[in-house]
Amino acid sequence: MRYHTPTTFQDAAAIAAASTGTLRFLAGGTDVLVQMRAGMVQPDDLIDLKHIPGVDRIEKTPEGGWRIGVAVPGIVLGAHKELVRDWPGVVEGMNLVGSTQVQGRATLAGNLCNGSPAADSVPGLFAAGAVVTVTGPKGSRDIPVEQVPVGPGRTSLAKGEVISAITLPPRAKNGGDAYLRFIPRTEMDIAVVGCAVNLRLDGDRVAEARVALGAVAPTVILSEACAQAIIGTTLDDAALAALAKAAKGAAKPISDKRGTKEFRIEVAGVLARRAARIAYDRAKGMKA
Amino acid sequence: MARDDVKTGYKLIGTRPNRPDGLDKVTGRARYGADFSLPGMLWAAVVRSPHAHARIVKIDASKALALEGVKAVVTRADLPTGLTGEDLNLQDNTLAGDRALYDGHAVAAVAATSQLLAQDAARLIEVEYEVLPHVTDVDAAIAPDAPVIRPGVADYSVPEGMHGNVARYMEFGHGDVEAGFAAADVVREHTYRTEATHQGYIEPHAAVGQLGEDGRGEMWVCTQGHWYIRRMSAAVLGIEAANLRVTPSEIGGGFGGKTTIFMEPLTLALSKKAGGRPVKLVMSRSEVLRATGPTASASMDVKIGMKKDGTITAGQVYFRMQGGAFPGMSPIGEALPCAFACYDIPALKHEGIEIITNRPKAAAYRAPGSPMAAFAVESMIDELCRELNLDPIEVRLKNGAKNGSKSSYGPVYDVIGLQETLQAARAHPNYSIPLGPNQGRGVASGFWFNHGGETSVSLAIGEDGTATVSVGTPDIGGSRASIGLMVAEHLGIPYENVRVNVVETGALGVNEPTHGSRATFASGKAAIEAANQAIREMCRRAAAEWGIEPEAVEWRDGAAHPAGPNAGKHPPMTIGEIGAKMGSTGGPISGHHEVTAGGYGASFGTHVVDVEVDPETGRTTVLRYLVVQDAGTAIHPAYVEGQYQGGAAQGIGWALNEEYIYGPDGRLQNPVFLDYRIPVASDLPMIDTVIIEVPNPGHPYGVRGVGETGITPPLPAIASAIAGATGVRIRSLPCSPPKVLAAIKAAKG
Repeated sequence: MRYHTPTTFQDAAAIAAASTGTLRFLAGGTDVLVQMRAGMVQPDDLIDLKHIPGVDRIEKTPEGGWRIGVAVPGIVLGAHKELVRDWPGVVEGMNLVGSTQVQGRATLAGNLCNGSPAADSVPGLFAAGAVVTVTGPKGSRDIPVEQVPVGPGRTSLAKGEVISAITLPPRAKNGGDAYLRFIPRTEMDIAVVGCAVNLRLDGDRVAEARVALGAVAPTVILSEACAQAIIGTTLDDAALAALAKAAKGAAKPISDKRGTKEFRIEVAGVLARRAARIAYDRAKGMKA
Repeated sequence: MARDDVKTGYKLIGTRPNRPDGLDKVTGRARYGADFSLPGMLWAAVVRSPHAHARIVKIDASKALALEGVKAVVTRADLPTGLTGEDLNLQDNTLAGDRALYDGHAVAAVAATSQLLAQDAARLIEVEYEVLPHVTDVDAAIAPDAPVIRPGVADYSVPEGMHGNVARYMEFGHGDVEAGFAAADVVREHTYRTEATHQGYIEPHAAVGQLGEDGRGEMWVCTQGHWYIRRMSAAVLGIEAANLRVTPSEIGGGFGGKTTIFMEPLTLALSKKAGGRPVKLVMSRSEVLRATGPTASASMDVKIGMKKDGTITAGQVYFRMQGGAFPGMSPIGEALPCAFACYDIPALKHEGIEIITNRPKAAAYRAPGSPMAAFAVESMIDELCRELNLDPIEVRLKNGAKNGSKSSYGPVYDVIGLQETLQAARAHPNYSIPLGPNQGRGVASGFWFNHGGETSVSLAIGEDGTATVSVGTPDIGGSRASIGLMVAEHLGIPYENVRVNVVETGALGVNEPTHGSRATFASGKAAIEAANQAIREMCRRAAAEWGIEPEAVEWRDGAAHPAGPNAGKHPPMTIGEIGAKMGSTGGPISGHHEVTAGGYGASFGTHVVDVEVDPETGRTTVLRYLVVQDAGTAIHPAYVEGQYQGGAAQGIGWALNEEYIYGPDGRLQNPVFLDYRIPVASDLPMIDTVIIEVPNPGHPYGVRGVGETGITPPLPAIASAIAGATGVRIRSLPCSPPKVLAAIKAAKG
């Protein structure tokens, strides 16, 4: 195994492009190192991104959004008051990953690149409309986050490409987001179903909404039907019932050791309702 | 309860000093199995079957052996032949013979100069398998079309005509059950199921073994019982027990799972083949879950008759239990006697069979068999109580076993504390807290026999008047502290002046493991006898110096005193004074006692749990949990409470989310703690405890074992609380959210 410590994303991309064997990028390492120890993957090239200046920073963009470095761990996101104020749903999703120790290392970019449909931070990024900067041998490009995962453990990134930043848009006035997951325990577990809701209000009515579901399909999914079920409503009981129905319709899960298909479909509806309610209250400026 | 024959007014017993191993454990200094290393040591890795059932056609280790640094490979061909009975089973489980019998079954092992190299080498060992039909479910294994896994496994007890996977049959009872059912107002009959669960000890199995060409060896190992490790390893390898010296490490949990061997002999076999270099083997968590003993899974038919006033008229059970691919490992022989052990019922019939499946060889797990039996019987009694609108504690008080009751399995109970636990549970504030919406309360009682067993203990007086106690029972739950307290109380010296060590196999006679809740009871009882022997000798030394008869000397408050009017006036001679000059008064002073300890008293408990169930997700939250249990005498109450809480925590896990999940291919689907869901700390409330003390007449200080009973009631108590919260009865553990939600939805129609 060759261990690389490039100091620019261009160099990282060049090393990756030149690699002929199994390749892994290392940010927090909470997936890669565990997989290596379990014998699941034995990389020929391991590229550590933490020597690149800026990867540990959270910066406000000129537009008022947030640009998050690929090595910023969950615990730092959780301690960033302005970020939490703007995107509580994104941060609470990330903060559900693993233990306190894991939070000291685990990153949004890593959680996204691991490609798990059950990744706790990804529905929040989908719902927020996050933009991912991808750097490759030919330069950088920005893509919507929902274009990154393409299947369990797989992303759309081409050989030689690496995520160099994740940007959250400016938080609109009267907006709020929330993420809920279902686990049988209270922590240290993996989502059986996850749901993130991001919305903006115009008075009491939902003006815009994005709803993402986790662990109910081969990738996290963004559901337009769920969004349409609540846009224009005051999130009354009828709207919540329509949202639940839409979420159940959007969920295409499998049965496995973590839960049955029927259970996941049912709980997708429950979580969508509950997460929407929290996002709505947050948009109203109520504590939730 | 006051009793004339039981001492009270202790100075040390019942206090809560720090445990002697506490500082080392919290600072990381304590040496566990994997902490042990030796110069020149090699590391081992194990090749395991990926198939539930397969014939081993060929093993080719040439590529592994060609690696620089690989020193030895062992397969079954390296082990002696001709073993029989359980020795053969142990050998078959250590390394598969012609067939791999479960996913994870060890097929070969390799030793190399580093752990990574050993793992690389293991991947290079090529095993050719011919996959055979398999079965993993306890009921499916006796279906007509199930493959017979081990032809001829049935012992003498199995009636003709039973399926070829039935290894054992049991039957017993008393009274006329048909007449009992006829006399009942309500008779109900249901089938209950529990899944296999693992002990879940945090420390994986680890050992360093060394065996020379001369057949003399040593092992340093994490175990509950090093004499068992010695006997079993010697049998598997064909060496003499006396030539294997086994030293136990500190132990990070066992719960019964470390009372036997799994991979330990491999370290010795590899060492011998590698020219006597020591070999270390540490299991990964996945290896622990796939290839060490979980407990049995069970399928249990129960029929109980009850009168409208709550009188139980008859009970009948038929239990089916699988303990993996080897006979003798399902706890059917314990589950059946435990089924109705809390009750005094005029007519009972028990039947059960042990079934062989393609699963790992089961091991003991905390009160083996009793939790499953309690789930079946206590659940049904709760169902009858709800149907007849009766208070579950009143019904248990009415039918519960008392002093002098003939037990459901034969013996007459001497002095027991079940009724006291029921009364205390009823009086506890938790039993009358009003319940909110979606909340329910469950009650269940539980039982464990406890155990005495082979025990050998030595005690030596130091030159400064302190005492060193050597015991052979590894300390899992605070037994060094408890034994130290009893010895200090007995000698009349400070707790700090007694050190209790767990010593190796060369230092004492044979000791059974720390199992059956016996360490504090049996090693404690033997230590008191050893102290008595030392006291008699110290009294003799004092008598000799005073020139009086030894009978005229009595021991109290850590000193010899002249006793009686004719003994003369002598100032007390302290243990320190006697110790200081013992070299010139007759030599070292010690005591020793060995016994197969009897007189262990059963421990009964009653639990009360409140849960809240989310009706939209089926998720259960434990709101509050109460354990009431009879400890006889609580020598160190903090560790008694710890045992109560630990048993409840494991039982809650078993009830709610823990289960072995096998795929259609017979492979274990969840061999990691992410998906084998033991409770995490935040899943549980602080578990309330009440210690009942009904002293055991079979122990000088009234001790009863307390370690196991506590895991028994949670399974039915949780299911009953869920029934109270939702109106649906889950008769198949675990009460996982998908199952509970499906039941809620089915009930709504």
